[in-house]
Amino acid sequence: MTAAPAAVEARDLSKEFDGRTVVDRITFAVPRGTTFGLLGANGAGKTTTILMLLGLLRPDRGEAQVLGHDMERDRFRALQRANFSSPYVSLPHRLTARQNLTVYGRLYGVSEVRRRIEDIARELRIEDLLDRPVGKMSAGQKTRVGIGKVLLNDPEVLFLDEPTASLSPESAAWLRSFLGAYRDRTRATIVLASHNMPEVEAMCDSVAFLQQGRLLEQGAPRDLIRRHGKQTLEEVFLEVAEGDTGRQQGPGDLA
Amino acid sequence: MKASLGRIGAMMTRYMYLYQVSPIRILELVYWPTFNMLIWGFMQEYLRSATHPAVFAASYLIAAVLLWDVLFRSQLGLTLGFVEEMWARNLGHLAVSPLRPLEFVGALIATSLIRTLVAVGGAGFLATLFFGFNALELGFGLALFFLNLVIMGWGVGLAVCAILLRYGLAAEALAWGALFVLQPLCGVFYPVSVLPDWLEPVARALPATHVFEGMRTVVQDGRLDIDLLAQAFLLNIPYALAGLAAFLGAYAVARRRGLLMGTGE
Repeated sequence: MTAAPAAVEARDLSKEFDGRTVVDRITFAVPRGTTFGLLGANGAGKTTTILMLLGLLRPDRGEAQVLGHDMERDRFRALQRANFSSPYVSLPHRLTARQNLTVYGRLYGVSEVRRRIEDIARELRIEDLLDRPVGKMSAGQKTRVGIGKVLLNDPEVLFLDEPTASLSPESAAWLRSFLGAYRDRTRATIVLASHNMPEVEAMCDSVAFLQQGRLLEQGAPRDLIRRHGKQTLEEVFLEVAEGDTGRQQGPGDLA
Repeated sequence: MKASLGRIGAMMTRYMYLYQVSPIRILELVYWPTFNMLIWGFMQEYLRSATHPAVFAASYLIAAVLLWDVLFRSQLGLTLGFVEEMWARNLGHLAVSPLRPLEFVGALIATSLIRTLVAVGGAGFLATLFFGFNALELGFGLALFFLNLVIMGWGVGLAVCAILLRYGLAAEALAWGALFVLQPLCGVFYPVSVLPDWLEPVARALPATHVFEGMRTVVQDGRLDIDLLAQAFLLNIPYALAGLAAFLGAYAVARRRGLLMGTGE
C-alpha cells in the first residue's frame, strides 16, 4: 500500500537575499486534509517559505509542489485550486468588498459568482460589509473579507499568513473554528504561518519550528510536547530555539 | 482560451469599477485632451489668419494633436492600469491567482484601448465642433495611423511597467513623462527635415515619426503614403516585442527578488 500523495511539499527549499540566507534547505510534506503550521518569530522565514510554496517567490535551490504540480514549471494549474490570504496584503482599497470578490471570483473562473459571494458573506457574517470600500474597513473587517476571497474558488489548499493577527479574541476564536469546520467538510489542506503558539496548537495536525530560516523540528503538537516533557507548544519552541541558539553560538560564545 | 478571456475580462472589470467608485476619474481621461485640442486649435486659427494662409490652410496642427494623444493615451492608459495595482499593493494577490502575465498584459492593453478611444474621441468631437476638422475624413489612413500609434504606445508602456517593477513607485513619474522624451524626435508638429542632420536617422528609427509624416501627406496633399505606414509597421514589430520582453523579464526578476509582494506606496 502506498501513502497518499502530499498536498504540499517542500524539498530542500532555500532562499537568499543580498547574500543573507533567509530560508535554508527546508523540507516537509503536508498530507491532504490536514492543517500544517509554520511557527517562528518575526523574520524566521515563515512568509518567505509560504511565498515560495505559492510560486510568488522563486527559490534559489530546492523545489515546491502543490497538489502534485511543480510550482516553478506548472504553478498556474495549482494556483487555480489553491488560495492565499495575508493581513499584510490587503485587497484594493477603492473597490468595495463585493467588487473585489467579483473580480477575484472571475479570475478563479467561479461560476455564478454573485450567488457564491452571497453564500460566503452569509457564512463569514460579512453581508453588511459587502458594499463598503475595503479602505474604509477596520483591520479585522479586512481580514474577514480577505478570508472571503480565499474561499471563493473552494480551494483544496489554503495558504494563510497570520490569519488571526488583526482580529479580536472572539473573532479569532470564531475564525479558527470556522476554518476547522471548512477543512473537515471539504477535506481541504491548510498551511498557515503564525507566531501565535496557542492558536497553532489548537488548529494544527503538524507543525514546523523555524528559526533564522532553518527548520529546527517538526511533528504533531502533542508528540512534540510529550517528547520534550513540556506543558505547551510555546515551551517546546522556546527550548528548541534556545538549544539551537546555543549550538549556533558555540560554548566559546556563551562563556 | 475561454478561461483566459474570462480572466482578461475580470481584470478589465476591475479597472472599470474604478470609474464606478470614482466617477471623477472620467474627468482625468478627457481633461488634458480637451485643453490640448482647444489650445492648439485656436493657435492654428490664429496662424491661419496672421501668417501665410497657404501654410496653415490645412488643419495639420489639429490632426497632429489628435494623433499625439492617441500615442500618449495608449501608453498612459496601459501604464496607469499597472500603477494602479502598485498603489493598491495588489500585485501579490494577482501573482498568486491563476492570472498569467500575458493575460495581465492583455487586460492592460484592452483597458488602454478603451481609455484611448474615450479620451481621443472627446477631443475629436471638439475638433469638429469648434474648428470644423473631422478626423474621419482622413479615411482608411486614420485607422492605420491609429493602429500604429497604439502599438507603439503599448510597447513603450510595457517598457515603463518593466522599469516600475524593477524600481518601484520611485519611478512613477515615468508613467506620465516617458513619451515626451520622444516627442521632439517624432516630428509631431513639424517635418523631420527640420531636425539637425545627425538627429534625422534617430527620428526615422521611431515608428511614430512615419505616422506623423504620413498624416501631413494626407492632410496637405490628400494622399495616403503606404510606404510610410509600412515602415511604421515594420518598426513597430521590434518595439512591441522589446516592450513585452522587458515586461516579462522584469516580472521574472521580480519573482526571483521577491519584489511582487512588497511593491506599493
